[in-house]
Amino acid sequence: MSEYTAKDFKKGQPRWCPGCGDHFFLASLQKAMAEIGIAPYDTAVISGIGCSSRLPHYMATYGMNTIHGRAAAIATGCKVANPNLTVWQVSGDGDGLAIGGNHFIHANRRNIDMNMILLNNRIYGLTKGQYSPTSPRGFVSKSSPYGTVEDPFRPAELCFGARGHFFARAVATDAPGTIEVMKAAQAHRGASVCEILQNCVIFNEGTHESVYSAEGRKKNAIYLQHGKPMIFGENNEFGLMQEGFGLKVVKIGENGITEKDLLVHDAHCEDNTLQLKLALMEGPDFPVALGVIRDVEAPTYNDAVEAQIEDVKGKKKYHNFQELLMTNDTWEVK
Amino acid sequence: MTKNASVVDLDQVVVRFSGDSGDGMQLAGNIFSTISATVGNDICTFPDYPADIRAPQGSLTGVSGFQVHIGADKVFTPGDKCDVLVAMNPAALKTQYKFCKPTAAIIIDTDCFQEADLKKADFKTLNAIEEMGIKNDVIAAPITQMVKDCLADSGMDNKAILKCRNMFALGLVCWLFNRDLTVAANMLKEKFAKKPGVAESNIKVIQAGYDYGHNTHSSVSHTYTVDTKGVKDKGTFMDINGNKATAYGLIAAAEKAGLKLYLGSYPITPATDVLHELAKHKSLGVTTVQCEDEIAGCASAIGASFAGALACTSTSGPGISLKSEAMNLAVIMELPLVVLDVQRGGPATGLPTKSEQTDLLQCLFGRNGESPIPVITATSPTDCFDSAYMACKMALEHMTPVVLMTDAFIANGSAAWKLPKLEDYPAINPPYVTPEMKETWAPYQRNAEGSRYWAIPGTEGFTHILGGLEKDNKTGDISTNPENHDLMTHLRQEKINKIQVPDVEVMGDADNAELLIVGFGGTFGHLHAAMDEMRAAGKKVALAHFKYINPLPKNTASVLKKYKKVVVAEQNLGQFAGWLRMKVDNFAPYQFNEVKGQPFAVSEMVTAFTEIYNK
Ligand SMILES: Cc1ncc(C[n+]2csc(CCOP(=O)(O)OP(=O)(O)O)c2C)c(N)n1
Ligand code: SF4
Ligand SMILES: [Mg+2]
Repeated sequence: MSEYTAKDFKKGQPRWCPGCGDHFFLASLQKAMAEIGIAPYDTAVISGIGCSSRLPHYMATYGMNTIHGRAAAIATGCKVANPNLTVWQVSGDGDGLAIGGNHFIHANRRNIDMNMILLNNRIYGLTKGQYSPTSPRGFVSKSSPYGTVEDPFRPAELCFGARGHFFARAVATDAPGTIEVMKAAQAHRGASVCEILQNCVIFNEGTHESVYSAEGRKKNAIYLQHGKPMIFGENNEFGLMQEGFGLKVVKIGENGITEKDLLVHDAHCEDNTLQLKLALMEGPDFPVALGVIRDVEAPTYNDAVEAQIEDVKGKKKYHNFQELLMTNDTWEVK
Repeated sequence: MTKNASVVDLDQVVVRFSGDSGDGMQLAGNIFSTISATVGNDICTFPDYPADIRAPQGSLTGVSGFQVHIGADKVFTPGDKCDVLVAMNPAALKTQYKFCKPTAAIIIDTDCFQEADLKKADFKTLNAIEEMGIKNDVIAAPITQMVKDCLADSGMDNKAILKCRNMFALGLVCWLFNRDLTVAANMLKEKFAKKPGVAESNIKVIQAGYDYGHNTHSSVSHTYTVDTKGVKDKGTFMDINGNKATAYGLIAAAEKAGLKLYLGSYPITPATDVLHELAKHKSLGVTTVQCEDEIAGCASAIGASFAGALACTSTSGPGISLKSEAMNLAVIMELPLVVLDVQRGGPATGLPTKSEQTDLLQCLFGRNGESPIPVITATSPTDCFDSAYMACKMALEHMTPVVLMTDAFIANGSAAWKLPKLEDYPAINPPYVTPEMKETWAPYQRNAEGSRYWAIPGTEGFTHILGGLEKDNKTGDISTNPENHDLMTHLRQEKINKIQVPDVEVMGDADNAELLIVGFGGTFGHLHAAMDEMRAAGKKVALAHFKYINPLPKNTASVLKKYKKVVVAEQNLGQFAGWLRMKVDNFAPYQFNEVKGQPFAVSEMVTAFTEIYNK
């Protein structure tokens, strides 16, 4: 049992707009942290700039609300320098994937042991409503009055492309789903990307409409669980099967299809092909995948750095500055 | 041939080794300077790398040079021009002859002055010496052939044999200066400890070069000695370049402060060797992260600093441009951070391998908002150690980013360095929070120096948030209060203004100089040499060389105002002069500005300063 409650992680009064998805996420994160049970003083929450990046201000942990886009790089240094800390990196879709896209992919590639939260509202909230790198093609915003003429990033694709080993998704208003994902992210040793579908009530209301309510999720989402068959629908009447190189939605009981014919989720599978297909599913033809989509063990950068230091310490004969000096060609002047 | 050449005793001599970038001139030069240092000479070296590292073999742009100045007494620069030039091929002769004094002796490898070689260096005739109108003594030796003969039985292949040509030239130079070869042999044995065969071959070739000189006394009328004079500084020494000294300074400071050293960096000439050096020293617990870009280098260092490490980020001018936003984050969060700028020629990609002092204003001001950052400029290769140490101490004790500026010239140049003792260096005491402060502490509470306290994550009772948004003075909560912002702007500035730095020393005719030379950073050696030359000519001249740029030493105004004439000499268009004018009322100096990417030429400065002196 954890000795902490959500209250131990709470601080101050959040200033987000009423109804903003960030409120819901914050509450779930605090509950998850309490359940995880790591002390607030051993926890660092590091964000960039954006509405979502205000989050560390409401946490009773150590934290930094830094500069736009650099949260992943700053969190990297924090974890590598002090591996005992539990590091949570929080970014919006602009912070994490536009200005900070480079750091996002490299943190994944290096596999820094930290939890990378991406609050995806598909908009720049703080700067009052410009399209973001996750806004769909044709999206009309203040900076795209005639619709965008570019395709969005799909965060899972970027994460997988960068050799990410953990990817999960939750809807901000779905407390149990979010808490589960946060706990799984913390349990995963390595970079854990969690895409949180978050609504911006002011500038992009309804962007995640189909899955934002519990009823919507029943119809339009599938909760993936490792080792469990892929079943979804209001009455659990649908399932997912593989067809050729792709996936297809089937109705259980129709055409002789039973639960046994359905795909069983394997989050630990090294090969990410099917996991990516699951992550990219979207309505109306497919349910949106929620939960832990990929969770594969791999060596982490920070562990490797520590191990290498220990290894070299054992091999080299100099262990302080004065000894270092004597490894050089020296001469005496008498 | 003069069989009985006399031995002439010199006070100082400059030797320049040059050849194709694959000819091993840096190694030959290094060994020669170490041999000289070992007998107690002072040394100052300057490697002049080719501008084009992928230049075709034998071409004019692929020439690599290494100049060493050795002195019976103190030497301050690698010397303007050389007394001996080694030119291993026609391209070297053509491009390096301009560094020769009229009296210089030139050593060439005649085997590499054949038709094809001459063509590669754009010679029109078959006699390079005549074509260039060279009247100097030339030792024309068939070096390649002699090396081949010498190693015929070594079992080495032709390519490996040719790699030893540099050692023959070195042997010849050692003969010319009556140098003992034992030191060279020991250095090679150590360098090639894993390949004793290679060491042996190299030693054999050095000896052959030496003997060749001895037996033929070819074309020179004298050999030389440079005997150590003056008071010898006793102790243990090594040869060190500026980048290595910087890395060592960071290591020493981390050890003294009892902190882990973290470097976040992205490779860039001429700063990369600091990353290389630190990456080696894992056994000292040094953590280096080669980041995805300079922004991440700085950002990750800030993360490391927050987490309780001595955090540094190293780069050159273009990288500073990328880091500036993150540097400001360290300003407002008031976290310790050392930012190293090894300056190179700019703007943009500019002259990557060349040296200038053009980043000063960028480092002082190149950020948004009021952004006070201390700036320290190292004055010589060995001073990089002290400057790096002091930059760390300042950053840690005053909870601020500090910019440490060096330049390509001192970063690559080397000098003899007396091994320091860490116990002789001042203690480093960051303002850590103490357990007693738990109840009352607030993140922006300040000590008497105006610094925030350092509460490191993992410490119970001190959880807090820092950030890039303006903070309330004390609580650290986000604040847009106009009075608070004004106060914080002043507090951040005053904290830097209050930092104690040593007074600037006036050297030379401090009491009665007619002309005060003023400089900063890596030009110290050249300015000192210029002053020495003018004083030797009977002029009353002094030098005030600045290492601490922000804040300036307390005695700055009084020093600058004391002398009738002041000339500020710098390798930019007047950035330091402008900074001084901003800080010292009614200061109107003469200026000497040159931005050639090359070290100052002492002779040119003496001419220019003398003109000012006589005005
Ligand atoms: C260097 C820099 N460029 C631009 C900005 C302006 N800016 C602040 S937040 C932001 C985008 C925020 O979008 P996102 O990261 O998606 O966060 P959200 O507000 O949607 O949660 C921008 C463009 C800035 N603060 N700094
Ligand atoms: S603007 Fe949008 S993202 Fe920002 S706080 Fe308001 S609702 Fe949330
Ligand atoms: Mg957003």
